[in-house]
Amino acid sequence: MEKFTTLQSRAIPLQIENVDTDQIIPARFLKATDKKGFGDNVFRDWRYKKDGSVNAEFALNNDNYSGTILVAGDNFGCGSSREHAAWALTGYGFKVVVSSFFADIFKGNALNNGLLPVQVSEGFLKELLNTIENNPETEIIVNLDAQIISVENSNVSEAFEIDSYKKTCMINGYDDIDYLLSKKTEIEAFENATSI
Amino acid sequence: MSKKTLFDKVWDAHVVDTIENGPQVLYIDKHLIHEVTSPQAFNELEDRGIPVFRPEQIVATADHNTPTQNQDQPIKDELSRKQLEQLSINCEKNNITLYQLGHKYNGIVHVMAPELGFTQPGMTMVCGDSHTSTHGAFGTIAFGIGTSQVAQVFASQCLLLTKPKSLRVSVNGKLKAGVLPKDVILYIISKLGTNSGTGYFCEYAGNVFEEMSMEGRMTVCNMSIEMGARGGMIAPDQTTFDYVEGREFAPKGEDFDKKVAYWKTLPTDEGATFDQEYFLDAADIEPMITYGTNPGMGIKITENIPTEDNASFKKSLEYMNFKAGESLINKPINFVFIGSCTNSRIEDFRVAANYIKGKQKADNVTAWLVPGSKQVEAQIIEEGLKDVFDAAGFELRQPGCSACLAMNDDKIPQGEYCVSTSNRNFEGRQGQGSRTILASPLVAAATAIAGKIIDVTQEIEELELV
Repeated sequence: MEKFTTLQSRAIPLQIENVDTDQIIPARFLKATDKKGFGDNVFRDWRYKKDGSVNAEFALNNDNYSGTILVAGDNFGCGSSREHAAWALTGYGFKVVVSSFFADIFKGNALNNGLLPVQVSEGFLKELLNTIENNPETEIIVNLDAQIISVENSNVSEAFEIDSYKKTCMINGYDDIDYLLSKKTEIEAFENATSI
Repeated sequence: MSKKTLFDKVWDAHVVDTIENGPQVLYIDKHLIHEVTSPQAFNELEDRGIPVFRPEQIVATADHNTPTQNQDQPIKDELSRKQLEQLSINCEKNNITLYQLGHKYNGIVHVMAPELGFTQPGMTMVCGDSHTSTHGAFGTIAFGIGTSQVAQVFASQCLLLTKPKSLRVSVNGKLKAGVLPKDVILYIISKLGTNSGTGYFCEYAGNVFEEMSMEGRMTVCNMSIEMGARGGMIAPDQTTFDYVEGREFAPKGEDFDKKVAYWKTLPTDEGATFDQEYFLDAADIEPMITYGTNPGMGIKITENIPTEDNASFKKSLEYMNFKAGESLINKPINFVFIGSCTNSRIEDFRVAANYIKGKQKADNVTAWLVPGSKQVEAQIIEEGLKDVFDAAGFELRQPGCSACLAMNDDKIPQGEYCVSTSNRNFEGRQGQGSRTILASPLVAAATAIAGKIIDVTQEIEELELV
């Protein structure tokens, strides 16, 4: 897993609530047996119109916007457990998703793939979305060590929460398998002590 | 001794270790896998030279990406065929039991595992599928995981997790005739909202659930994730024990009796506290339908679509081509789907057949019936339900996830409405541009007969429901 410490980037605003994982990556693209290529189909049915042409109105197709931070509406990532959603977002190039609320499974999947979910207050989210829409060149700074998200050259900032174990994993690029394998002795002792 | 909830008791019995100020190492008893969310996990282990730790605690099935016709023939779609072949190779290499396409135990992972007695009270169970919450119907901690976590369970039979908060939804009173478990859960989600359960594990309590069959309890727990809860649970009782007894992987004889004695200790202690509680009245529930693009956007079939001044709400109605304030009664419907891990058990087909018997499907409707497993399919035939469906013009297909997520060829065409017994009405869920209306098997059957949405409550008096 890639290490994450601090990121400064422009951001793409997605003013939609309850973005579900079927929108992030539709089921018809889940047939691959590796993790490659999902970025090409992220938000597929919003990026392209029914006739296959590019939907210029969709934020990811708007030339004004760019960057590796996605700022989205409330309850992001609800629905299916498909980790393909996290692979699609990282495959497209995103490193951070900001929202006022994340669905549980998506949040875990994101953290397991070096994609940082930053949960902010509704007020801050609104301010952030407005700032980006008014000035798409605005850069956002995400400092994981300090747990602060801020807008460059302004006093707009907010602290965010992250599980201290997961924070250590993100900063060092560790994943849970290494930790769990180091617990093999305890796991076997548990099995011997329990009749399941 | 402190009072504990059902969830606490099962969770605490599975904690291997606790990281200071961090997550806990939770032991997983049973791991279910399928073709879509497992291949990358097998690759991960292979790349890192890590063996599968406890293959005997894993069961695999092919369900998400399988055809529901001509299952005895090679799959035409190359990518789908390869995905299934990969599952077979991975299972064989790692000594994992696989019920592949055509096997008498094949079926949707959340239908076949309880059917085989693989699911038992007091266990921890996971699967790379969010509707793993289904198994909570047995008093099991069961939840969906991502593929990285599938790899973790392969490697260690454990997961690193922070214990979720506790939530209890109590529904007491008498359900009206024609109100099915699906209506109960759609009602709960419409009242509490799609993210009300996020961060929680939910227990369903009250006489409504106590009186429900295991099939009904599975329908309810299945949709826990649609209100954001990682899982839902119902206390095990005699109904649960009777269901489990005698099944293929269930404990037998003295072992079974010992287990039952343990399972009886699991229900929530009187006086145990929950982080959040809701109380709902069974008498207020009616047959439900959804009008929007998330499962929380549900109304009683007799109600009008509400009006909300909110961009996401408007976007949703625009997608569905519905207007705020209008009724859905008499809306023409061309597609009906009875199936999915929510409603594809024998009881669901009995309800449908009971309504359909002696009637004829409307000409405009394509009606697909997709059983949850080979065993359900066999039972449909054995009980003579297939004859009812054939005579009425319904199409009984072979088992699989099918049009619930439309990964295979069972897709609802662009712009068409589908009254569906599945669990998600997201944009394009049943095929690009398709419009899903979630409902019970009774409402779905009635829609197929009428060719439009009708007020089933008008007919309920005359109905002899199973």
